[in-house]
Amino acid sequence: MPVIFKLAKDIENQIDGFLILVYESGLIFKMAINEYLNNDIISFNKNIAKVTDYERKADELRSEVEKQLYLKTLIPDNRGDVLDILENTDNVIDAMKSTLSSFSVETPKIPPQLNLMYNKLTKSSIESVEWLIKAINSFFREMKTVNCFIDKVTEFEKITDDIAIQLKTEIFEQQFDLSEKMQLRYFADNIEKISDYAEIVGDKLAIYTIKRLV
Amino acid sequence: MIFFYLLGGLLLGWSLGANDAANIFGTAVATKMVKFRKAALIASIFVILGAVLEGSGTSETLDSLGSIDKLSTAFIVSLSSALTVSAMTKLSLPVSTSQAVIGAILGQNLFAGFQTDLKLLTNIILSWILCPIIAAFFAILLYYALKYLITNSKIHLLSLDALTRFGLIVAGSLGAYSLGANNIGNVVGVFMTSNPFIDISIGNIININSTQQLLLIGGIAISLGIITYSYRVMKTIGNDIFILSPITALIVVTSHSLVLYLFASEGLRNTLISLNIPPLPLVPVSSSQAVIGAIIGIAVAKGSRSIKISTLAKISSGWITTPIISGIISWSFFYLISHF
Repeated sequence: MPVIFKLAKDIENQIDGFLILVYESGLIFKMAINEYLNNDIISFNKNIAKVTDYERKADELRSEVEKQLYLKTLIPDNRGDVLDILENTDNVIDAMKSTLSSFSVETPKIPPQLNLMYNKLTKSSIESVEWLIKAINSFFREMKTVNCFIDKVTEFEKITDDIAIQLKTEIFEQQFDLSEKMQLRYFADNIEKISDYAEIVGDKLAIYTIKRLV
Repeated sequence: MIFFYLLGGLLLGWSLGANDAANIFGTAVATKMVKFRKAALIASIFVILGAVLEGSGTSETLDSLGSIDKLSTAFIVSLSSALTVSAMTKLSLPVSTSQAVIGAILGQNLFAGFQTDLKLLTNIILSWILCPIIAAFFAILLYYALKYLITNSKIHLLSLDALTRFGLIVAGSLGAYSLGANNIGNVVGVFMTSNPFIDISIGNIININSTQQLLLIGGIAISLGIITYSYRVMKTIGNDIFILSPITALIVVTSHSLVLYLFASEGLRNTLISLNIPPLPLVPVSSSQAVIGAIIGIAVAKGSRSIKISTLAKISSGWITTPIISGIISWSFFYLISHF
């Protein structure tokens, strides 16, 4: 019997590790965007490498957790839900990585007057991810607080939407070429999408929480 | 010839093991929380232990209800019960081995003109009604206790899963022990007076009396039923009345085990008497009805409206139909044998 407790502890540590990677990727993402806006490309590139590394490690952890849950037939009632949450949370870190990668490849020229809005958008989008990680942690450990955290995810997703609209309006009010406007809008959309992915996981979590209640 | 006469009881034991092990480990095996091999091994060992260590109480109660002093009479009573159980199972009618055996004994009493101890019979019938009620009560208590613990303990989902597995094995072991102690009366109770065995002593160190030998053989018959046939029943059990999760399954098995133990343990009975608390009679009760009682308890605690009343009514009807059918079969056998 101690074997099964040890196995449970190992998988718990892997899930915690996965969530920490997503959380830290969010922090790095915020720094990286700020560095890009301030033309600190060396630091920006270092942080892209970090997020890429975190994304790879998160993938490995997720697939290891999936394998263990199926092989050892653990949490039969919640296995599908847990795997769905992990897979969808993986989309969040993937979105961060691909957004940074697009910045690196396309190197869009962001006018300094838009820096503040881009930073605000990034901060708000990542804040929804941070609340999501708290919600997922609660789903595993403390059911009664999950819904409060999910509400926060939704709140920040809405704030992010509002900021994105303001930013895009401002972009299209400027005297840029249409191609520049389109590119700037594309990057705003990409940053905004991170909070959309977080909200998708939050919605799923709300349903799975009801299922988990004894 | 002795073993031929015992065959009726052993067949009943086999069928009991095949069917009632599902009440103990059914949900755990069906939800893959516990592997069948592990479940069967644990259930077999604990059924035998329960039968040998604490099975004499219920066996003596059944013995004192009738006037069965010949092996051949005991054989016919057992055979009538086994036929009733098999036929009703085949017809998908709810059936309890305990109720079939009592019906068969009453049929024999009626045929032989033996005065049935009405006080004992009333106690037995009351225990049948009390069994699911007490199980429901235990289930409600356990449900609220576990809900409080899970909500406030901040235990991780995976640790909870591991604990539930561990709990299912512990509760299953207790369930198998209680099943052996309580239901062995159905298997060998009618053979108690006509017990063909003699006491065995191995070097004055190991002493096995004739009753223990009878209980051991009955326990082995139940174990064989578990090992050879319970897998199919386990795979199909569970969702007739209410869908169970591993945690609610744990509550059901624990409640079932406690109830069966309450109606089987002489030690517990003596403790209750010494504390001036009215004890419960040592009577074989229906394992399936204990499970049903516990499932209803959980449904009530959850405020569920999804209990199928028709299924409940069908199950309750088994209280009346099983002993009547078994009594008629038993009486008919004795009538036919005496006239042909």
